[in-house]
Amino acid sequence: MANEIRLVEAIRQALDEEMARDESVIVYGEDVGVNGGVFRATKDLIEEYPEQVYDTPLAEAAILGLGVGLAGAGFRPVPEIQFASFAYQGFHQLVQHASRMRSRTRGTLGVPMTVRMPYGGGIRALELHSESYEAGFAHVPGLKTVVPANPADAKGLLTAAIRDPDPVIVLEPTSRYRASRESVPEGEHVVPLGEAEVVSEGEEVTVVAWGAMVAETIEAVEDADADAEVIDLRTVSPMDSEAILASVRKTGRCVVVHEAPRTGGLAAEIVARINDDALYYLESPVERVTGYDVPFPMFAREAAYRPDADRIRRGIERVLSA
Amino acid sequence: MVREQVAEFSVEYVQALDEEGTLDDEQAPDVDDEDLLELYRLMRLARRTDERAVALQRRGESGTYAPGIGQEAAQVGSAFALARDDWMVPSFRESAAYLTRGAPVHRLLWYAMGMEEGAEVADRNMPPSIPVGSQALHAAGLGWGQAIRRDETATLTYFGDGATSQGDVYEAMNVSGVLDAHTVFFCQNNQWAISVPRERQSRAETLAQKAISAGIEGIQVDGNDVLGVLGVARDALESARNGNPVLVEALTYRQSMHTTSDDPRVYRSEDDEGDWDARDPIVRFERYLRDEGVLDDDRAAEIADDIEALLSDEIDRARGGREEVEPAEMFDHVFAETPPELRRQKEAFEREESEEGETGPASAEDGLRGEREAGGAEIPESVEKQRDGTADEQRDEDDEVDDRG
Repeated sequence: MANEIRLVEAIRQALDEEMARDESVIVYGEDVGVNGGVFRATKDLIEEYPEQVYDTPLAEAAILGLGVGLAGAGFRPVPEIQFASFAYQGFHQLVQHASRMRSRTRGTLGVPMTVRMPYGGGIRALELHSESYEAGFAHVPGLKTVVPANPADAKGLLTAAIRDPDPVIVLEPTSRYRASRESVPEGEHVVPLGEAEVVSEGEEVTVVAWGAMVAETIEAVEDADADAEVIDLRTVSPMDSEAILASVRKTGRCVVVHEAPRTGGLAAEIVARINDDALYYLESPVERVTGYDVPFPMFAREAAYRPDADRIRRGIERVLSA
Repeated sequence: MVREQVAEFSVEYVQALDEEGTLDDEQAPDVDDEDLLELYRLMRLARRTDERAVALQRRGESGTYAPGIGQEAAQVGSAFALARDDWMVPSFRESAAYLTRGAPVHRLLWYAMGMEEGAEVADRNMPPSIPVGSQALHAAGLGWGQAIRRDETATLTYFGDGATSQGDVYEAMNVSGVLDAHTVFFCQNNQWAISVPRERQSRAETLAQKAISAGIEGIQVDGNDVLGVLGVARDALESARNGNPVLVEALTYRQSMHTTSDDPRVYRSEDDEGDWDARDPIVRFERYLRDEGVLDDDRAAEIADDIEALLSDEIDRARGGREEVEPAEMFDHVFAETPPELRRQKEAFEREESEEGETGPASAEDGLRGEREAGGAEIPESVEKQRDGTADEQRDEDDEVDDRG
């Protein structure tokens, strides 16, 4: 059975089903209760689960730090950071505590926290509402970071994240929240963390993307004169290197797409892994199509900043002609 | 224009046992003789543990250590008030509180020796928190969890005067108030945040009043008065169990260095320290116990001997554990299940380790051990000299500690 729903509704469905399944799952954050979340991802959940859904004061460090304590008390905290760009005010709680609790206690205490954060541009938001910081999270040992690209994965990855014994960051692409209705399995649907998906198979070039950039990539590939293989990474950390390497060994060419700034971005990591294990399969240097090394611009210029189907198509053409 | 007072606040100060060791019966908690002696033993044990730990650091046997000398009453009194099922969320200077909660000395030493083994979570004690004040939020989360479950348990977290300048401590008190968390915030105002004195930490007249802005109760106690602390902590925990968090400010003094990497002579004079020496928590309590006839010379000597024997055993145990450290274990607990890339990194690490083993001994020490076991090749003179030299240096460093103490 499947139903046609939007990504934001798929998120809500996962939260609903996981709270029903496990009463230790606690959903909390700014405006997630009575208001149902500013994107309505938690709409009406407080009425259904009054013991499991809580509005909290406006305090990101507190929201993330509380999760460490709730985990100690035996809960599965699922906090929401209203916009990922405000996670920096609680970043220290992730880096200094949540991510390393298992390691520093030699496994005696884990933090099974799932932090939901809307991220990315494309919705004409205010300043500091559009950043893509997945590389920052991926650089923290002990954190897992997933970025769903479609409604089915949003439900499946979030479900897996909530059940995971370790802290997981779920970056939800705001531009995809209501972009389309797609088929999502009803009832239990789990997409394993750490597994990429080959969205479409091809022989000439591998295009790796995640989150909001997957839809742009699919559009680009439709327009491009190339037999491209599209990989949706889904979990950016820990990364499914094998899926990328297997594809690159087949196609010999690769384009990596991300919305985040270029320097130190995850495309660089992917290029390094290809260098380590598939260098001699390459027919041309790996191409990066990314955001620029500038603060995410206000919305009059955001279209110029974000990679779109045209830029991705040109990237594909460059590796094919190199 | 209307101008009227819309709110008024005050902060109370509590002392049960004064500097002369005289008890105020009205403020005194209900404690029997057995518990009085246990409080005394724990304070003495904590003092000696800190002294031995500093000496171990000076000898190069352990890493940086943060002694709590002078703060034994604040820690022992408050931790003694906790029930077994309550949570304790410490900072990095809470050896005395850990000991009061029954943690063995060798685990504290393991932590100081740089071993995660010392930070394993046991008996509802969180591991020490190194960033200043961030752990207050974990206590808020634990206390909130206890409120959600309607538990009869509570959570007590420790931090210092410096931490009250951190946003996390305020956030923790504020959210705890809103969420009815079962949390007690126990501030040991030991007057110094490394080199910054209490007056430069905040213009607030008391640190206890920081509770007021969060809408929770704040109270001050003489932190060098173990009985006053015990009474205030018991009341605060009772309040927290009912969903009313409390901030306790215990006025005490850090008699020694911030950590073994710090030299307090740089920023404070003996004049600064003198006044607080006279108010030493152990001296005051011992005077009281002797006056009451609970303690005499024989009993005091017996307690001291037992502590020395215990410490001797525990230090041996800590050293034994240190010998068994397996470096490759650093890969094992990053995640519940090790992901492929990390597994590959571990395998590469182990390969490199074993290649080192094949090409020669990793250290002169290992090589010697092997040769001795194999039947006794002579130990090269240079190595022996080096060893003796190191030992001499260690003894010198140890003496230096004694001079300072």
